[in-house]
Amino acid sequence: MNLEIGSPLSIGLVLGVVIITAALLITVERRLLGFWQERLGPNRVGWFGSLQVVADMIKIFTKEDWIPPFADRFSFVVAPGIIMSVVLLSFAVIPFAPNIGVIDSNIGVLFVLAMASLGAYSVMLGGLSSDNKYALLGSLRAAAQMISYEVFMGISLLGVVALTGSFNLREIVEAQNDGWYIIPQFIGFVIFLIAGVAESHRLPFDIPEAEQEICSGYHTEYSGMKFGMFFVAEYIGLVLISSLITVLFFGGWLGPNFLPPIIWFSIKAFGFIAFFILLRAAVPRPRYDQLMSYGWLFLLPVSLINLLVTGAIILSSQ
Amino acid sequence: MFKLIADTLLSQVRTLWLVFIKLFQKKDTVEYPDRKPYMFPRWRGRIILSRDPDGEERCVACNLCAVACPVDCIALQKGEMDDGRWYPEFFRINFSRCIMCGFCEEACPTNAIQLTPDFEMAEYVRQDMVWEKEDLLINGTGKYHDYNFYRVAGKKIEGKDKGEALNEAPPIDVKSLMP
Repeated sequence: MNLEIGSPLSIGLVLGVVIITAALLITVERRLLGFWQERLGPNRVGWFGSLQVVADMIKIFTKEDWIPPFADRFSFVVAPGIIMSVVLLSFAVIPFAPNIGVIDSNIGVLFVLAMASLGAYSVMLGGLSSDNKYALLGSLRAAAQMISYEVFMGISLLGVVALTGSFNLREIVEAQNDGWYIIPQFIGFVIFLIAGVAESHRLPFDIPEAEQEICSGYHTEYSGMKFGMFFVAEYIGLVLISSLITVLFFGGWLGPNFLPPIIWFSIKAFGFIAFFILLRAAVPRPRYDQLMSYGWLFLLPVSLINLLVTGAIILSSQ
Repeated sequence: MFKLIADTLLSQVRTLWLVFIKLFQKKDTVEYPDRKPYMFPRWRGRIILSRDPDGEERCVACNLCAVACPVDCIALQKGEMDDGRWYPEFFRINFSRCIMCGFCEEACPTNAIQLTPDFEMAEYVRQDMVWEKEDLLINGTGKYHDYNFYRVAGKKIEGKDKGEALNEAPPIDVKSLMP
């Protein structure tokens, strides 16, 4: 068994590590949120609360897995599976290290964006099939938010793509050998960060599942492991967005030689995961119409200008 | 325009920084079962019935505590011993109702009922929250070590007539007060 792109060992490693990381994030997030709110967070199970995730999993597996009689059974059951599979599929193109990854695709960036769009189906189906007013409102909001933030999420990436001249994520990483894209594409990075938060609907943009307004939004009626799949998919989405930012703007696995590439990748990605958790701890949730007008009236023009300026600079330097 | 950016974007960045440095600051959490808090002696917690220095029950079943109790959680029945002392036949406090206000302690004329700093009184069965006299009685004098009601009060009991109590003048025979 050798470690190269597409080998069974590599695929298994990616799948296992991603799912385990996402599960561990449940504990890590609660712990970090606690620290940032001057609390300690869960520290009872295991060493400093490290086994909290086991307790959570035991709890969520032993809960009653209930399908409401008024729900549309088929789409209700299918919805959590969709989001779980699309976020996991997105990891297929992520270049973790020169020799770790699932496929080396020429359309990596497009693939990730397409999978993110498919995630909107899960949220919509879950909300609509629940036959619940809160779930319906949540899914309407989720659909509108994800579709509108996808627009300039894509546009903000185009600066990076234009600089590299390729949609291939591995080539994007290797093109950053001279300097990370955070410097020439800082505005693109900020926009991608904001759009990424909105895309994985985490706080402060968790308007589709705003507890204070609409219960839990689209997963109001879900329970047991079906809820758990939505829950874990959210964390996998968090890992995905962090890995994408690392790959696109922070040079992926690149770094000084004293650590192996995969460690550099993990350090950078975990930094962004912690930053997303910090966002959750610090920033309040905007109103729904503020989110929409902020996206369409501010971020979209800025990302377009960013793309135009990047294009102009590339043209003039040729 | 610049002011708008400073007010919105930079204030968000400042918020993030202020929250981030909380990671290194002292936490407010007290890890309670591992670290017991210091309970002040006058804390109003679990109610006890104390005994006088001779080891007798202090409670004289006057019912003042039951009257003072705003939530009516105290119930008792007066009994009388052969020597003339009063005592409660039963004394029952329903701690599921008690609000630890301490009015009973203030009302008590004999310092019998007292509140202590103990607060760990949770039970799994609600009926276990009803405490009887034998649960409430302690072997000591509580907060007041020297007080003995029957020694200072004018009440006549066997072995102590009127006027024999501490600091008590002998009763005046009103019929002898002729002009």
